[in-house]
Amino acid sequence: MTLPLIIYRSLRQHALSTIITAGSIALACGLLMCVWMVKTQSQTAFTQTTTGFDAVLGARGSKLQLVLNAIFHLEASAGNLAYADYEAIKRHPAVKAAIPIAVGDNLRGYRLVGTLPELFQQVEYTPGRKFALQTGGKIFRADAREAVVGAFAAERLRLNVGSRFRPFHGLAFDPKSEHTDDYVVSGILAQTNTPADRVIWIPLHGIQTMSGHDPKAATDVSAVLVQLRTPSAGFMLDLMYNKQGTRLTLAYPVGAIIAELFNKISWFDQVLTLVAYLVALVAAASVLTSIYNSMSARGRDLAILRALGAQRRTIFGAVVAEAACIGVLGAIAGYAVYFALFAGVAGVIRSQTGVVLNVLARHPVLWICPVAMIALCALGGIVPAFKAYRTPVAETLAPVS
Amino acid sequence: MLTVTDLSKSFISPDGERVEIVNVPAFALAADEQLALRGESGSGKTTFLNLIAGILAADTGRVTIEGAEMTALSEPRRDRLRAEKLGYIFQSFNLLQGYTVLENVVLGMSFGPRGADRAHAREMLERVGLGHRLDHFPGQLSSGQQQRVAVARALVNRPKLVLADEPTGNLDRKHAHESLVLIGEVCREHGAALLLVSHNEETLGHFQQRRDFAEINKGSAALQPAPKISGAP
Repeated sequence: MTLPLIIYRSLRQHALSTIITAGSIALACGLLMCVWMVKTQSQTAFTQTTTGFDAVLGARGSKLQLVLNAIFHLEASAGNLAYADYEAIKRHPAVKAAIPIAVGDNLRGYRLVGTLPELFQQVEYTPGRKFALQTGGKIFRADAREAVVGAFAAERLRLNVGSRFRPFHGLAFDPKSEHTDDYVVSGILAQTNTPADRVIWIPLHGIQTMSGHDPKAATDVSAVLVQLRTPSAGFMLDLMYNKQGTRLTLAYPVGAIIAELFNKISWFDQVLTLVAYLVALVAAASVLTSIYNSMSARGRDLAILRALGAQRRTIFGAVVAEAACIGVLGAIAGYAVYFALFAGVAGVIRSQTGVVLNVLARHPVLWICPVAMIALCALGGIVPAFKAYRTPVAETLAPVS
Repeated sequence: MLTVTDLSKSFISPDGERVEIVNVPAFALAADEQLALRGESGSGKTTFLNLIAGILAADTGRVTIEGAEMTALSEPRRDRLRAEKLGYIFQSFNLLQGYTVLENVVLGMSFGPRGADRAHAREMLERVGLGHRLDHFPGQLSSGQQQRVAVARALVNRPKLVLADEPTGNLDRKHAHESLVLIGEVCREHGAALLLVSHNEETLGHFQQRRDFAEINKGSAALQPAPKISGAP
């Protein structure tokens, strides 16, 4: 009871510096956990997000751009390919399924993607899961001006089954570029936690023949999403399209291409991690300085405790434990910082890519980081504890005149 | 109960000279005895009490309390002996300002063998008339009340020896009288010996047994008017 009382009273007496110090620890702890969790979760989520396809065929250009455009519905299309190219790869014996997509329009910033109804009927966007519609909806007909809207886009655009809209030209929203074609929402997709949630799906023919689009490109597609019969087929097609051919690009395997992207931007999370480590060090140093500075004011209290029979090691332990307690307070508040930061970052990632990060996911860093922070704080308490340890009792207790 | 033999303590003055503050060849106090030592400021009274309490290390000599030789013990054992056998009432009370009255008294017994006993601490505070101020902080009390908290804290652990250093130095006449009566009574009730030092004749007048500190202290400082010595209380 004695040690907790001494620690509690000391923390209370120096409440302001305790709060400020615990706050800086919370910031460091929360930032570290957030950087780590966003890094690991987004890497896993993005590299595993293939929406059920092994490869993407598109116009000659960057594989990364092709994947970002066709799978994540980000970036501009590298160009079109002829419908005959789609038919050719569809007929290839190594290909299990091929679904063409066409892009080029949006509805208030959310992409319209033209495709075939087979995408929803045949493809498992994740093993064992096909696209499903929310109650009351149906898949669009290939020859109708109907749309199936991803769950996130429907929520943001307040679209329901039966809602009508006119698409806008281009991938970026421009109110002046409205098409004259009227579309009706035939169904809302159940949430998939994939980029498909941010898309408004319409028939391929709809994009190709949208009013104002170039009639010469009326049969072109933007990319073809490909499912292979065997993994080795991918290397064969890679050879065929990328090495022997010159017109088209096959992005295969999809996950590896995204992993390359993470490798390219790994410097960014290294910088963030370094910043978080520095914040952690500064926080530990602030524990040291705030307790150390308070030692002059607390010298008399410590001497009184010693005069009452407290041993040097008790005083030493009390100061180290106090520093650790500040670390505990900071670590607890660090979880609040973590949840707030992570929720914010996850919200941005979801709205920009449709990829969902789980704020409640477990990871060893979520206990390692707070424990390390508490240990660092306790370490920071050793210097002031040593000063407390050496407090000369009789001199300190001399009456103040 | 308490025996002191050839106890000495010196300090280095700002001039670099060694000044012997305490040199007590022999001193003893029996159990239940209450003795007041008269001495001027700077005569080494506080140093003498600190040496007895073991919060200051002696240069030479022996202090024995109930058979345990304080001066021969390691520091942790001295701390334990102090917690077990001694109560110390300071001139400036030395209450912990950030702790409540009850917590101050509880801490007086926390380091002893019985450990913290809040019920007993509460009883002790009731005995000194502060049962209604348990959750107050020292800064919220009058000087007289603070002194009573200091008395309760010194006696809560049922010490065998109570040391009181100018215990009425910060009190007015009325409160000084009340405090001295209280200290004497509570020490008698608990069977504790009392060694009080003061320069105040009125304070000393409360005690049947009085001695001049200069009689027992042969230190050179005792022969001179209050030297100003760095580090010496």
